[in-house]
Amino acid sequence: MALVQRSPKQFDVCIIGSGAGGGMAAKILTEGGLNSVLLEAGPDLHPEKDFKMLMWPYELPHRGAGVGGKASESFGEFLAPNGAWSIDGEPYTSAPGSNFHWFRSRIVGGRTNHWGRIALRFAPIDFKSNTRDSLGDDWPITYDDLAPYYDKVESYIGVFGTKENVPSAPDGLFLPPPKPRCTELMVKKACDKLNITCIPSRLAILTRALNGRLPCHYCGQCGRGCTTASNFSSSQVLLPPAMETGKFTLITGAMAREILIDKDGKATGVSYIDKATRSEKRVHARVIVVAASTCESSRLLLNSKSTMYPNGLANSSGAVGKYLMDSVGSSGYGYIPQLEKTPPHNHDGTGGMHMYMPWWKFDRKNDFPRGYHIEFGGGRGMPGIGMFADLNDEEEGYGLQLKQRARKAYGCYIGFAGRGEMISNPDSYCEIDPDAVDRWGIPVLRFHFKWSDYELLQAKDMQETFRSIVESMGGEYKTRTSIDGDYPFGIEAGGRIIHEVGTARMGADPRASVLNGFCQSHDVKNLFVTDGASFVTSPDKNPTLTIMALSWRASEYILDEARKGNL
Amino acid sequence: MPNESISRRDILRTLAVGAVSGSVLQIIPAEAAVYIHQMVHKEKSSSPAGNYTPKYFSAPQYAALRVLCGMIIPKDDKSGGALEAGAPEFIDLLTSENLDYQLKLGGGLFWLDGFCTDRYGKLFLDCALEQKKEVLDLIAFRKNAEKDASLSQGVAFFAFLRDLTCDGYYTSKIGIADLGYIGNTFVGEFPGCPPIPG
Repeated sequence: MALVQRSPKQFDVCIIGSGAGGGMAAKILTEGGLNSVLLEAGPDLHPEKDFKMLMWPYELPHRGAGVGGKASESFGEFLAPNGAWSIDGEPYTSAPGSNFHWFRSRIVGGRTNHWGRIALRFAPIDFKSNTRDSLGDDWPITYDDLAPYYDKVESYIGVFGTKENVPSAPDGLFLPPPKPRCTELMVKKACDKLNITCIPSRLAILTRALNGRLPCHYCGQCGRGCTTASNFSSSQVLLPPAMETGKFTLITGAMAREILIDKDGKATGVSYIDKATRSEKRVHARVIVVAASTCESSRLLLNSKSTMYPNGLANSSGAVGKYLMDSVGSSGYGYIPQLEKTPPHNHDGTGGMHMYMPWWKFDRKNDFPRGYHIEFGGGRGMPGIGMFADLNDEEEGYGLQLKQRARKAYGCYIGFAGRGEMISNPDSYCEIDPDAVDRWGIPVLRFHFKWSDYELLQAKDMQETFRSIVESMGGEYKTRTSIDGDYPFGIEAGGRIIHEVGTARMGADPRASVLNGFCQSHDVKNLFVTDGASFVTSPDKNPTLTIMALSWRASEYILDEARKGNL
Repeated sequence: MPNESISRRDILRTLAVGAVSGSVLQIIPAEAAVYIHQMVHKEKSSSPAGNYTPKYFSAPQYAALRVLCGMIIPKDDKSGGALEAGAPEFIDLLTSENLDYQLKLGGGLFWLDGFCTDRYGKLFLDCALEQKKEVLDLIAFRKNAEKDASLSQGVAFFAFLRDLTCDGYYTSKIGIADLGYIGNTFVGEFPGCPPIPG
């Protein structure tokens, strides 16, 4: 075996992962003057050639279906290089009876290249929900601690929205929202009748020029990646300013294997596999920031075992890998006849919804704890693979009548997706599988996952709400779910919403948590985890904005502590 | 398309003036993006070639596939059909890459020939148009298989092919235009919802 190559250079900081958490740390730490190296397990990204913005389906031989039609089973082939549910040579396992799906993005920018850009603040109550209902745990920080960082993140990345004073969905520093689409005006009207709050959404997409980036050109394709960087991604908005400092080194194709420690138990660097040369290499740094994505970060900590830390690094509490949560997801759609009259027009808008429903039943007793928000979309979007599969299944036949019914039905569907809060439970966690390693020899994760009745009742409520909105518009609700089986009330399998969080949670008590409120390890003072692993709860809000606020706050703390010589 | 008039000179000027000058971001102006897109579009959007050599299907099977696609989405006075849209080429490409498709479609076409031979004494392709319609009227609906179980493989085959034909058609230039989709282009300000007639 080749000798392990040591980097001759000692960096101030080594960051693992280049997504929302790692990218933000890279920007703040390098701008603060720290020499930083970032390890990214995937390849570099070239937006100008990798992104398929403004491409028509017929410009690709597979029309979006992918080789052998395989992409039509996942996200199609137009998305920005984004990752996959399974990666060759890098497996994970599920314990018997568990069904967990793990989406991994091995690419510079990680999942921020394709994410939904939904940028919602947590509410004050989200940080202390245990105090209200005795479930889960409270955060060691409050909304007021994080609010200045929400301000900074929104001001820097650009988020559109409106001031609404909804207690469950705090207002931010917003750019003006785009005008609503026809479908959104109809849904809003129905929601008004039903007393469901429906307001402009909050997306990290520029409706005005900001910080050298052009405003949105409304092609509706944010998920494909934006060559004008009018939407937020770490690769285009956080890493370039880090590069500009001259203090940033990006190493791609670098799969972190273990965090190294010295005899005093301090982290000294990272051992990683250089995928291109298939050799083991090391970087050394005074501070380690782990932001490899929630479960990947936990895997790295658990795999960093030593005589001093036999249960893995930063794990004296035993909490690493525990408290795994995803968002509760259930979706459905309806056919809305009044949309048949809509004249052909450009309905694209921004990628994603211009309006949404924040949690509106916070002021009453519900059948389940916490709450959910509703995302929705539909109407006259760009045609694509699979769009008439349900209609075909329902009406069958062939010939001119098929063509005519497609003309009539096109643009008349509206789909709804609930995103709700899961309460952490002892049956949902990840651990190292004792029997399996990946192609790099790194032990892999084994997942345990169970929804409880809290989540199932939430999914039930979502289905009932979707139906009531569709029927209130005079439409027909098409989705059928059952109360039992693998997916009661249409609840998605764990991990499918790609909001997994919580496996290295912060907390005031070092015996029950991994990190303090600054994402700093209780056990190893120069080790930080700045991704979704740090979350204590998983409120209905999509995690990315909060990851960035936490990472910015942790990074300022690192700069402070470094100045004081505490690291 | 509103931006087809943008000239190369305009683009170069935009790049020179640098809407993004001073920015550290690796981005190009939207107008340039649209221009590049239109160039690519012109190169790639030429209609399917007349003399296509199938990648997977035998010549007779491919001929039968074309007949079926044409019957699933025919040409009418408003627009071309699945053949004009290149659906058979699309289906052949995917099938050449997917064993499951090869079973479902390749096997399905054999089933169809067997069925027609039993019923009319000739292969599907050799049947008269009325006979072809008669067969499709049988296998295009699940309820027929409920009455006559011997149709069920044919029904499954046809449902699969119907979906793929729709995929091929509604991702083509012809099919997208047939639905009246407008968009996939640069818009300065999103106009919102136009008036909807009562």
